[in-house]
Amino acid sequence: MIDKLFATPEAALADVPDGATVMIGGFGNAGMPAELIDCLIAQGAKDLTVVNNNAGNADAGLAALIGAGRVCKILCSFPRQADSWHFDRLYRAGKIELELVPQGTLAERIRAAGAGIGAFFTPTAFGTRLAEGKETRHIDGRDYVLEYPIHADYALIKADRADRWGNLTYRMTARNFGPIMAAAARITVAQVRETVELGQIDPEAIVTPGIFVQRVVRVQTMRKAA
Amino acid sequence: MKKLDRNQIAVRVARDIPNGACVNLGIGLPTLVANHVPKDREIVLHSENGILGLGPKPAPGSEDEDLIDAGKNPATALPGAAYFHHADSFGMIRGGHIDICVLGAFQVSAAGDIANWHTGEPDAIPAVGGAMDLAAGAKQVFVTMEHLTKKGESKIVERCTYPLTGLRCVTRIYTDLAVIDVKPDGLHLVEICAEGLSFDELQRLNGVPLKYRAAA
Repeated sequence: MIDKLFATPEAALADVPDGATVMIGGFGNAGMPAELIDCLIAQGAKDLTVVNNNAGNADAGLAALIGAGRVCKILCSFPRQADSWHFDRLYRAGKIELELVPQGTLAERIRAAGAGIGAFFTPTAFGTRLAEGKETRHIDGRDYVLEYPIHADYALIKADRADRWGNLTYRMTARNFGPIMAAAARITVAQVRETVELGQIDPEAIVTPGIFVQRVVRVQTMRKAA
Repeated sequence: MKKLDRNQIAVRVARDIPNGACVNLGIGLPTLVANHVPKDREIVLHSENGILGLGPKPAPGSEDEDLIDAGKNPATALPGAAYFHHADSFGMIRGGHIDICVLGAFQVSAAGDIANWHTGEPDAIPAVGGAMDLAAGAKQVFVTMEHLTKKGESKIVERCTYPLTGLRCVTRIYTDLAVIDVKPDGLHLVEICAEGLSFDELQRLNGVPLKYRAAA
């Protein structure tokens, strides 16, 4: 029998080693797997390279992981926010490395990793500081920049429903990076609101097929108003 | 001279958004454009975090933390809306499926280069988000900004001095003084918006030569 359901976040993240590359889903707090991140902080893995759109908001979730000094490098598109003080402090102190990636290039590099693409040419950022030193090519009248995939050891994502094969659905804009990160990581851990029996998710409605998901943890999330 | 305020600039932009357009609105002033689209036009708002058919702000008390806009504010989805993941969302942008994006800017050059992501100051923490993808991918890039800096210098320049977001991509500029088209042969004045501003005075403030052909 295939059973990807783990009883606790602790069991699902027990083997994350120091130095791992960890993708973390979410756009701001929507889709951020807060309980998995809390567990990763308690688990103690350090020198992590994190891939996320942002660099943490306020004091919880990714911000807490960064604030705890566990992240040595972050790849993201939009670190600077009104409430990104943990990142800001460590960045200004030279204690965290930043690889700034345009958001669409970040998404496509993650997608490329999951899809087995070796590299791709994108028009985004051509002629800008973020393309400095990168290979370029003129194709059919346009200029493009060569970008490489981003692979990860782990992806921590938040979905809505799952079954024991790891099929996932999401909820509204909490989907964001979840499906592409799931495909790009060697081990994808999804925290979900609800687990259901096989067949209870309409195959037409499955967003992330279970082939991309290795571990599922049900988390009783309080859905609070923003 | 009476300059346009932020809402008046948004009203002016909204007038140019045609029925049926798929539009991405940047954070800040561009977001205001949604409030002023004429009622007889149906447009589809794209939000980079995975919505086509973004609706207005939710009523107090009905916010949902899973439904936010690109500015991470609570949002709604209209009937007919679709959700999708980030690679699809930026495929829409890069793939030329977005008709118009409206962006703020620090500077726009006479060639249509835009600078809006980084002041270039050494201690600034850079953040780019989706701006470079929108600049490179949207069919039309509209820029909204104040025409002059606080020191009175034109933000429309021969060459941008701030780090670039995209090259030769801006199609139209909306400021508190004027609407200006960026064309292969240079900048064309569409209309003066500030009351009591003459073409000569606008030309003096603008710094970059403006072409103007009165409607025949």
